[in-house]
Amino acid sequence: MIRMVDVSKVYDNKVTALENVNVEIAQGDFVYVVGPSGAGKSTFIKLLYRELRATSGLIMIDDFDLTQLKDREVPFLRRKIGVVFQDFKLLSRLTVAENIAYAMEVIETDPEEIKQRVTQVLAEVGLTGKAARFPNELSGGEQQRVAIARAITNNPHILIADEPTGNLDPNTSEEIMALLEKINAKGTTVIMATHNDQLVNSHVHRLLEINNGDIVRDEKEGTYANEG
Amino acid sequence: MKASTFKRHVTDSFRSLKRNGGMSVAAIVSVTVTLLLVGIFLALIFNVNHVSREVENDVRVRVMIDQKTTKTQRNDLRDELQAMADVSSVTYSSRQQELDKVVGSYGSAFQMFGGDSNPLNDVFIVKTKTPQATEKVAKAAKKLAHVSEANYGGANARNLFRATDSLRQWGLGFSILLLLVAVFLISNTVRITILSRQTEIGIMRLVGATNSYIRWPFLLEGAWTGLFGAIIPIIIVDIGYAVLYGASAKTFASAGYALLSPGSLLFGMDLLLAVIGIVIGAVGAAISMGRFLKI
Ligand SMILES: Nc1ncnc2c1ncn2[C@@H]1O[C@H](COP(=O)(O)OP(=O)(O)OP(=O)(O)O)[C@@H](O)[C@H]1O
Ligand SMILES: [Mg+2]
Repeated sequence: MIRMVDVSKVYDNKVTALENVNVEIAQGDFVYVVGPSGAGKSTFIKLLYRELRATSGLIMIDDFDLTQLKDREVPFLRRKIGVVFQDFKLLSRLTVAENIAYAMEVIETDPEEIKQRVTQVLAEVGLTGKAARFPNELSGGEQQRVAIARAITNNPHILIADEPTGNLDPNTSEEIMALLEKINAKGTTVIMATHNDQLVNSHVHRLLEINNGDIVRDEKEGTYANEG
Repeated sequence: MKASTFKRHVTDSFRSLKRNGGMSVAAIVSVTVTLLLVGIFLALIFNVNHVSREVENDVRVRVMIDQKTTKTQRNDLRDELQAMADVSSVTYSSRQQELDKVVGSYGSAFQMFGGDSNPLNDVFIVKTKTPQATEKVAKAAKKLAHVSEANYGGANARNLFRATDSLRQWGLGFSILLLLVAVFLISNTVRITILSRQTEIGIMRLVGATNSYIRWPFLLEGAWTGLFGAIIPIIIVDIGYAVLYGASAKTFASAGYALLSPGSLLFGMDLLLAVIGIVIGAVGAAISMGRFLKI
């Protein structure tokens, strides 16, 4: 359960990226966040995993009050949230399996458990057999699967994706979309910022449209025409 | 922290050390130079303190007898000394016996002062009941007839302190300066590691690593640098001190004092040098973490 009440974000340079945003997202929802470039989509996403602090307003995620959350408590919020990006953010010196294990190692999961879980997650994202490859030996779509595997390996309640298909061709984007839907079907909330109106219109879900820092549209099954 | 986690931090920190190559070596060398000086300095200070304390606890007063004193006069003097309230015993040592002691500790070159050319005096070695009484007894003895000089340990201790005082101040100042340089060099290598690992740090934060988890490898990198820098100073100080101790033991023994034995000094010194190394490494790392590891 995610709740934003009157949330505003003003950057240090006085740019108001979000203004009085009110939104509620139930556990298990699939939500697109759309809008033109510079609308405030990434800002919205970053507020959710406390990369940014809201300038004003209230943000609740599960039991976490993000406006009260101390810096040293942020790691424990992050463990409930998986995040993927357009540029994958994999570690090139680590293999696929090691990249996924990494997310469990840093929260001190038992090594035995890590091994089992890596195999399981690799199967889930369809990369069985690629465990020993390095990121630069994979296609973009495969790299994004690794990133998604890493994001879900700690069983987060929420998966956040900022333009996950931004660097991918339409076919690969479809595959990634199918993977995200599969994860969502297991009960994980998925929030996805995207420019890809083709996907939005072919895989219809709840749609939040942001423009100029405002939520201008919130539809249960929205479609979208991307003007740029 | 789990053992597997600690192992990972150790591996991580060694990888950074290796990657920083020349920078790491420079930092280690700097620690080495610093700790070598600190080690020599500490060995000196510990011994000065030790000998001073021994000297201060010394109950002996050396009363030198005028060269032309007759045997009867000497015996009278002995009685006078023995009669003092604070004196417990008086022993006679002839100038020849005194010379033998010098020859014994400084070598046969002093043998040429034998016989009539012996410049030393006959002495009474007066033992007082307490170390504190030596000064009083020495002063009183000096006023007696046929006494040319009366020395006591406390005075020697004060001289020893005065002689090494400026040495100590300079040594301390110089050591602190070198320590600062070492801290700076270590903080520099850790800074480079932090900057070169921004992506990884970002990912760690993203997947929920705590701040202390993120900091450990950097802290360890600094600590290793300090610890590795301590190895050569520890070896040199250990061997050097053992050799010096062996060579000087006779000299000091003849004066009735002893340097700290290698066994009693070196273990503590080694530990201290290692700890100082680790601490300056950790401080250097902490400085860079404070400045460049924005959490
Ligand atoms: N770190 C920052 N400091 C100052 N201003 C920023 C910062 N990040 C974003 N902005 C500004 O805030 C506004 C919203 O940016 P945001 O990145 O949220 O847009 P977006 O919808 O994700 O755009 P895009 O589709 O291009 O990714 C923009 O005007 C942008 O210039
Ligand atoms: Mg964006």
